[in-house]
Amino acid sequence: MNRPLEGLLVLEFSQFMAGPTAGLRLADLGARVIKIERPGAGESGRQIAIKNIFVDDSSLVFHTINRNKESFAADLKNPQDLAIIKQLIRKADVITHNFRPGIMEKLGLDYANVCLINDQIIYATVTGYGKEGPWAKKPGQDLLVQSMSGLAWLSGNENDGPVPFGLAVIDMYCATHLTQGILAALLKRSRTHKSVLVEVSLLESALDMQFEVLTTHMNDGGKLPQRSNVRGGGHAYLSAPYGLYRTANGYLALAMGNLQFLASILNLSGDYYQQKDKWFSARDIIMKEIGDVVLQKTATEWVSLLESEGIWCMAVNDYHQFLNSEGFANARMIQNIRLHDDTLLQTTRSVFCIDGHYLFTDKPAPQVGQDNEKIKKDYLQS
Amino acid sequence: MLPLTDFTVVDFSQFLSGPLASLRLADLGARVIKIEKPDTGDICRQMYTSDTVLNETSTVFHAINRNKESIALDIKDEADRDIIIKLIERADVVMHNFRPGVMERLGFDYATVSEINPKVIYGEISGYGETGPWAKKPGQDLLLQSITGMTWLSGNEGNGPVPMGLSIVDMFAGANLSSAILSCLYRKAMHDLGAHIKVSMLDSAVDIQFEAVTTYFRDGGQLPQRTAVSNAHAYLGAPYGIYKTRDGFLALAMGSIPFLGKLLSCEVLTDFTDGEQAFVRRDAIKDILGQHLATQETSYWLEILEAADIWCADVLDWNRLLQHDGFKVLDMIQQVTMGDGFSYATTRCPIRIDGQVLYSDKGSPKLGEHNQKIINELYG
Repeated sequence: MNRPLEGLLVLEFSQFMAGPTAGLRLADLGARVIKIERPGAGESGRQIAIKNIFVDDSSLVFHTINRNKESFAADLKNPQDLAIIKQLIRKADVITHNFRPGIMEKLGLDYANVCLINDQIIYATVTGYGKEGPWAKKPGQDLLVQSMSGLAWLSGNENDGPVPFGLAVIDMYCATHLTQGILAALLKRSRTHKSVLVEVSLLESALDMQFEVLTTHMNDGGKLPQRSNVRGGGHAYLSAPYGLYRTANGYLALAMGNLQFLASILNLSGDYYQQKDKWFSARDIIMKEIGDVVLQKTATEWVSLLESEGIWCMAVNDYHQFLNSEGFANARMIQNIRLHDDTLLQTTRSVFCIDGHYLFTDKPAPQVGQDNEKIKKDYLQS
Repeated sequence: MLPLTDFTVVDFSQFLSGPLASLRLADLGARVIKIEKPDTGDICRQMYTSDTVLNETSTVFHAINRNKESIALDIKDEADRDIIIKLIERADVVMHNFRPGVMERLGFDYATVSEINPKVIYGEISGYGETGPWAKKPGQDLLLQSITGMTWLSGNEGNGPVPMGLSIVDMFAGANLSSAILSCLYRKAMHDLGAHIKVSMLDSAVDIQFEAVTTYFRDGGQLPQRTAVSNAHAYLGAPYGIYKTRDGFLALAMGSIPFLGKLLSCEVLTDFTDGEQAFVRRDAIKDILGQHLATQETSYWLEILEAADIWCADVLDWNRLLQHDGFKVLDMIQQVTMGDGFSYATTRCPIRIDGQVLYSDKGSPKLGEHNQKIINELYG
């Protein structure tokens, strides 16, 4: 198969999650992605572990984000190394970095200077909060941005206080924006043959993630999100029954739908079921009543009963149930990758299916500087 | 010139995932034409949030479908099909998010569309892929969060499953489709090739859990364990979380425990000297930290922590956020105007190109607003 980005060279100065996740996307789409790392310690993300799990000298998380890439070790403060990097930049199509404002300027690797080296470069940056304003110097970190952007008031219960999304969703969403920006820039360059600057920030991505509810907020008189006070509420802005309900065995998800019809199946007769305009305002009472009925059967029983009536529902899985299911196996989301120390890693593949092919790869994350010689040979001799 | 100027996208999709992908393409410069069912249109038009109705349509629809055109067509009607075929002939991208099998029945699946337009980029989003036991299930966000185990990552231990309070799977699936379409448009520009792209919500949900899923296969299949208080990430140690203060809340994302103990004058924490304890004993640590942080105001703690370069933040609601200079400087809000003159505020595209924010002042279309215009273009 002809991967869309074959032949493109990406130099990744980015660290941690947002930038490197975009780099992974580009790599899986066919680009050659080279991490530019500090000699010795390498990218800081190598030391950021979850559950303290390390493999092949770096954190497991690092391995999942940086597979399918190469590593070039260079000390950017050393003039000789910097000269080599500038030569590489001459051959590159894309550069990404997420340094705080000012760092690349000091190295002479800011956009204006890089354009002098390569006038067709795609120069892409990630910041926490943009380049200007009172937050420009603040550390750009997922939980902090969730907290500052209002996102923490959308999950959980009315009385819970702020509840963060339990994944680095902002980093990952920002990575999708960075990827889109880079790809759009490549498309632009194919017509103009000129360099393009792409900028994204974690905060703008966090606001974009809330675009539906923020648009509601700005047009409903500025009301704040109102979460349900019934445990399991699924969305501060959606009417009953949207949420998760405890059953006799496990939990049941009920999505949006015709509540009148659902009530008739559950033998619930309150007036509010008949009046569509009450489904939001009487949400808590309705969820409580549905919860009492749902408790009487198992999740499996409910699913078979409700699905046959066309109700949007699902049994709530935990990882044991999901990751060992036939449906998960059928999705072929797992690929095996052998690391340099021979550890076999089972990790996820790219989400894209192009021309009938999933984009599997078996190339592990690099060790720091492992590709210096090869990269010099490929790009710096002639 | 915007990156996608002169490109045309014919979009059959509805709800959030597909329309979000085409919104991005629109903001990057493409002309997006929504093909909608006569009378009802995109079901999202009636999907009201908190009962808010804006110019007869849901705020959600307005947010997702600004900067697009709408043509109301009955896919089963011969004359209307002829219009669709003409649109496809001229399109760079055709996309949909129907359940598997529907487009085949309607006669606009990839095989058919690529006969009309061999170089087309054809993108589709399914809920759970085309095969397997779940293929026919509704591809709805909460159901995807539920089936993939995602609901056990947020909230505190003891809260039961807690959904993430946005349609997060839809959004990532849409973003993924958008990225894939852009990459294939690039391939087309370079190599003159069409493409058939498939993205599923299931794969996208697994993808955003890639850390947790990879860990599950590495640590012998352990379930995620949330903390009893201040949970923010089931796989991270203390202090990672949000804590109540005397007048609000404080987010704390790092810091060695004994160092924090000293810095915050919380004597007890200085005993947790072994680095592993930050993870292993995180419940105890978070409990102590929580009681201690509740004794002073947020600003008091921020001053101490920021001076020591500890990653921390005040927890804002939208009222405080929208008034903050840090928000205002981003120019994230734009005013858009519909064909009938109705105007509303919404967010802009989060990507900046060549130092410019990508504003567009075009509001969402009324159902079928552009029928006459498009038909005139096609039939002269």
